[in-house]
Amino acid sequence: MPIQEIFFYLFSVIMVTAATLVISVRNPVYSILFLILTFFSAAALWIMLEAEFLGIVLVLVYVGAVMVLFLFVIMMLNINQSRVNEGFVKNLPLGIGVALVMLAEVLMVLWYKSQTGTDTYPLPVPHEQGYSNTAEIGERLFTAYLWPFEIAGIVLLVAIVAAIALSLRHREGVKTQSIPLQVSTEKRDRLEVIDMPVEHVENN
Amino acid sequence: MVSLTHYLTLGAILLCLSVAGIFLNRKNIIILLMSIELMLLAANMNFIAFSRFLGNPDGQVFVFFILTVAAAEAAIGLAILVVLFRNRNTINVADLDDLKG
Repeated sequence: MPIQEIFFYLFSVIMVTAATLVISVRNPVYSILFLILTFFSAAALWIMLEAEFLGIVLVLVYVGAVMVLFLFVIMMLNINQSRVNEGFVKNLPLGIGVALVMLAEVLMVLWYKSQTGTDTYPLPVPHEQGYSNTAEIGERLFTAYLWPFEIAGIVLLVAIVAAIALSLRHREGVKTQSIPLQVSTEKRDRLEVIDMPVEHVENN
Repeated sequence: MVSLTHYLTLGAILLCLSVAGIFLNRKNIIILLMSIELMLLAANMNFIAFSRFLGNPDGQVFVFFILTVAAAEAAIGLAILVVLFRNRNTINVADLDDLKG
């Protein structure tokens, strides 16, 4: 068995097992940790497909940022575990049934394609030495896909603003620092010169 | 040799697992969000496999945009979740029936 196949099956088995555990473990924190494992194995598979840039982006952005965001939110919310998990067993047959039907349909299509020989893509040749996946994607992004790229930036900006605006709250009765007030203060607000008669104290 | 069908089958399995996750964890919004992330990962897997086997890197550019939108979606979804928990003190889907839907 060639080394590519061994690695493909290794990563696939890890990924599918981890994905199964994501949807079946009770504790959401464990779910997140298995989701991280899923994304990591997917990144390995993408690197095997010579999409190195996206594999690294998946690890950095997804595992590094999005999953940590999920973890933060889970740990901030105090969730009543027993209430949230009710209905798991009740929905189990329906869920597995629908998933199996979907899987069977997709596999039937794939099997049909392989029988009729319409999916016989030639195996890709490995890129020559010195090929840079990042450079190629960057070239596409800044030429043919420049406009979508700018829009993606705006989408991210809107997401930042929306997330902050949603989770910002003003509480009553909390003393906070007001920078504009501090900056615009003047001498006469703070300092008062009082006229008072000089007092003579007799020394005795 | 690892053919395109191998990768497509893997993507299909991943998508079906995430659909099963949505059915099984109907009460827990966080697991629902995670299942959506898994679904997007399955789609991305297909995009990258096709991009490799067709020799066209445009598929990878598409995955880049999907990742961007998915990150934005996760951030806003979790922000909504935090606000929801702050106001209602629950994230159980069954309790969120104000709209009588």
